[in-house]
Amino acid sequence: MSPKLDLWLTEMLTGSRRALARIITAVENDPAVAEHAIQTLYPRTGQAHILGLTGAPGAGKSSLTTELALELRRRDLTVGIVAVDPSSPFTGGALLGDRVRMGALAGDKGVFIRSMASRGRLGGLSSTTSAVLKVLDAAGFDILIVETVGAGQAEVDIASTAHTTIVIEAPGMGDDVQAIKAGILEIADILVVNKADRAGAHQKVKSLEMMLHLGPQGGTRHHGKIIASPAEIQASSQNAWPIPVIKTEAINGKGLSDLADQILSHRTHLQETGQWLERERERALQEATALIQQRLLAQVQAQIPAGLQHEIYTAVAERKISLYTAVEQILNYGP
Amino acid sequence: MNERKPRILIAKPGLDGHDRGAKVIARALRDAGMEVIYTGLRQTPEMIVEAALQEDVDAIGLSILSGAHKALIPRITTLMGENELEDVPLFLGGIIPDEDIPVMKEQGVTAVFGPGSSTQDISAFIWNSLREI
Repeated sequence: MSPKLDLWLTEMLTGSRRALARIITAVENDPAVAEHAIQTLYPRTGQAHILGLTGAPGAGKSSLTTELALELRRRDLTVGIVAVDPSSPFTGGALLGDRVRMGALAGDKGVFIRSMASRGRLGGLSSTTSAVLKVLDAAGFDILIVETVGAGQAEVDIASTAHTTIVIEAPGMGDDVQAIKAGILEIADILVVNKADRAGAHQKVKSLEMMLHLGPQGGTRHHGKIIASPAEIQASSQNAWPIPVIKTEAINGKGLSDLADQILSHRTHLQETGQWLERERERALQEATALIQQRLLAQVQAQIPAGLQHEIYTAVAERKISLYTAVEQILNYGP
Repeated sequence: MNERKPRILIAKPGLDGHDRGAKVIARALRDAGMEVIYTGLRQTPEMIVEAALQEDVDAIGLSILSGAHKALIPRITTLMGENELEDVPLFLGGIIPDEDIPVMKEQGVTAVFGPGSSTQDISAFIWNSLREI
């Protein structure tokens, strides 16, 4: 672990952007650093409103992130941005190009932009994104925007990371049936039809609205949570958030005021209905589960004699034992 | 377990609109296993240094074909110094006349890679220049 970490943590809390940037790198690279940093910073987290922006490649996520950040700055809110792009499955390298669209945010000390590579994780984020968000939260940004990897139909990790998930669609991609498929559209708290100046925008809005009306309670479903029984529907309808469909034109700066209004009302809604805490609890469960898995795996691997794993997997490859037998044998070395 | 990947900023300062070279380098460094932050065309010295700071990059690569390197580089290295980034290697590509190379190096440029440079040499230069963290 870098001996400078404690110095950086102190400097970050007195406003050093350089220290903030270095801590983020260290957290991304080394789980031990992440643990120490989050232990130190945790009491200062929990203030930021985390927004997730997701959608297909080319739907306009980076442009919309930029325009949204400008709109939030006009409202005197500070903004941290984490933009995730994919890593190569072959070389581990990555081309992080989201800043190309973010030039308009340059020179504003109320904005901090960080590009992240997904580093092999599927689902639209990297495995350290939530730790990096905690660092930015502790650094005092009011709103954190997470722009996911260009997502197709099922990259839904963002829903458990963000308080408010915004799914961006563009006209001309997919028919009405796409709108009722399971997956990414189900996680939206706010739906955006970007490039609304293009042909087909109105039709896209209509098909999304139809999708919302076909759902239980005409669009009161929540954040991927399926409300199963009529009693639950009854109970939840009190707390229901009507999912808005908003038209934007990111390149012309149109629709951003509506979007920002809806984002801020969603925050109020979550807080008034107790769902803010519920989401935080759900996130704690998921993050702890991931950490427990990592730690148990590391313990097993530390206990197992050198060479034995190789032997076991060779036996599986030669069909001498089954995969399940191999797992049993390995778990004998567990804690 | 340390999963450090070199993070490299590739940018084009100034007004010339030819970014093929910058894209070739960005792609080559990506294929060499690095995380390349590509900022694109028409970056001001302020934008470049701010991006380098926020992204905590291990090296900055600039492509200049306009002939404005003598104006742009001193501004960039001054800003790097003001932002405690003086230890970040700065490499330069594009069209830099031979007689200007020593001047560039005096002003803080670590290496200049002109036309014909191999992308392997550039990757090797970056791997060798990584700072201790």
